[in-house]
Amino acid sequence: MTGILFLEQSLNSLQFGLMLFLLAAGLTLVFGIMDMINLAHGSLYMIGAYLMASIAQATGSFWMALPLALIATAIVGVLLEISLLRRLYERDHLTQVLATFAVILIANEGVRIIWGNQSLMLNAPAGLTGPVTLPGGMQYASYRLAIIAVGVAVAVLLYLLVTKTRMGMLVRAGASNREMAIAMGVNIRRLFTIVFATGAALCALAGAMLGPILAVQVGMGENILILAFVVIVIGGIGSIRGALVGALLVGLVDTMGRALLPIAFAKMFPPQVASNLGPALSSILIYVLMAAVLFFRPQGLFPARG
Amino acid sequence: MNKVLTTGIILGVAIVFPLVMHVLDQAFYISFATRILIYAMAAASLNLVLGYGGMVSFGHAAFFGAGAYIVGILAFEGVTSLWVSWPAAIAVAALAALAIGAISLRTRGVYFIMITLAFAQMMYYVFVSMKAYGGDDGLSLPSRSTGLGISLSNDFAWYYLVLALLMIILYLLHRLLASRFGRVIEAIRENETRATAVGYPVFRYKLLCFVISGAIAGLAGALIANQTSYVGPALLHWVQSGTLMIMVILGGVGRFWGGPVGAVVLLALEELFSGSPLLGPYSLHWQLPVGIILLAVVMFAPQGIAGAFAKKPQ
Repeated sequence: MTGILFLEQSLNSLQFGLMLFLLAAGLTLVFGIMDMINLAHGSLYMIGAYLMASIAQATGSFWMALPLALIATAIVGVLLEISLLRRLYERDHLTQVLATFAVILIANEGVRIIWGNQSLMLNAPAGLTGPVTLPGGMQYASYRLAIIAVGVAVAVLLYLLVTKTRMGMLVRAGASNREMAIAMGVNIRRLFTIVFATGAALCALAGAMLGPILAVQVGMGENILILAFVVIVIGGIGSIRGALVGALLVGLVDTMGRALLPIAFAKMFPPQVASNLGPALSSILIYVLMAAVLFFRPQGLFPARG
Repeated sequence: MNKVLTTGIILGVAIVFPLVMHVLDQAFYISFATRILIYAMAAASLNLVLGYGGMVSFGHAAFFGAGAYIVGILAFEGVTSLWVSWPAAIAVAALAALAIGAISLRTRGVYFIMITLAFAQMMYYVFVSMKAYGGDDGLSLPSRSTGLGISLSNDFAWYYLVLALLMIILYLLHRLLASRFGRVIEAIRENETRATAVGYPVFRYKLLCFVISGAIAGLAGALIANQTSYVGPALLHWVQSGTLMIMVILGGVGRFWGGPVGAVVLLALEELFSGSPLLGPYSLHWQLPVGIILLAVVMFAPQGIAGAFAKKPQ
């Protein structure tokens, strides 16, 4: 029983971690290259999920809606970047916090005005609704496996993009030393618009893939935004590799903590104490992880700035 | 404008406000104004670390909420005297600030923002897990604190008590910032390396500043618990820390009136667009105009509202 539980929770944590990575990747690059705190990143995730849900409803096909939703969200991201965020790069962090907080309010209300207060339903694509039997006889939802597959594919793709292409080289140069990159003739503004569009598309991908599991609703972006910030701070700001490691760590610690701590506590403490302590401690774990990482490595695990 | 005159006008308006509302038969706004005063105190305490100390704490709700919970828990256990519960709230918030600050102040920049958030979230879940004191549902206080010989359930008495406390705190902050300590704190914000080189124990100054700020937030928390006669985990949630931060940035970071002005403007805007009949059926969408106004402040008043009215740039 414990073996199967452990395997199931491992897959769950991998799935959660990969989705966090999609969000954190864009956030860490925006932060690393332009030194910009973008609280509205979670709003792009929400907008992506809403666009996905309504396009999927209109076309009747999950897989046809997915690229459309990604492109549409990327366009929203570019519009946001050109119209507003571009004016904020030279300002201090606190101004960026206030401005992007205002964007959250506006985005939330905009979504509420367009789609209403009810949360939207997004169905898993046909053929991926049931469970599959894994080697070893374990039943696992096929859609969750698909999420893992998509997450791994995107992670590999991003890795190749960042480490093997000219564009990726420019991104890394911008993240490690922006002034030097500008001095060497990199058009950092155009580069950043491209990075921002990619980040928005990745947000939409995470929103679209998680849509069938979680509710598509107003405010879905804010809580996951905090987790994404935890991930990039653990990983080191500006580092894609750090974002991946951080995301998988947070996914693992959070999922395993929630699944296993209550069981462990039930064996160690009287039931009343255990039922109080278990859920609280498992929620705290990722923050303890972050505090510990920052205490011993104040720049995160893989600092991008040398 | 003359500083004394400005302060006099603000104080005068604050003193007359409940009387006017009483005449207009709008008792609701007396209670609403009390809430604003309490948030003004909390925002002023955050501005001390954020604006003057240059430490961007994203976990201020921890001290605010801890102060509120101490009053709530003591009242639940039968201790309602404000001579016991309020100092206890301040002491616990100060101790929490001492512990959190001692660890967090080793990091800087964005990492400081995130580590203070981490500790505040830990505190949030600790209070959520205390099932004996309401857990997720929070705790209702049987009544407001006692000990002054007058009933604080009277909205007038309560308003003037909170106003008096806010004025005392602001006066003390004013004195603190004008003192040697205040100058050193600002010097550290401007250039930490130089302050160290001159020989100031930078870490101890920053930690003391963080603790004072936490203690004031604890007092504000004790007041908010009395204001609503209820304490819940939402008081410690990161959204609360974010709201306090937005108030300070909106009002003016490092401006003396920044915190209070931000609290007044943000809460008044929320009330104007959500509670008043101004927008009619569209008042459900109050966040939209508030968001647009915040954006306008960012674009047109880069120093915050208090900064826009000040003569000298900072």
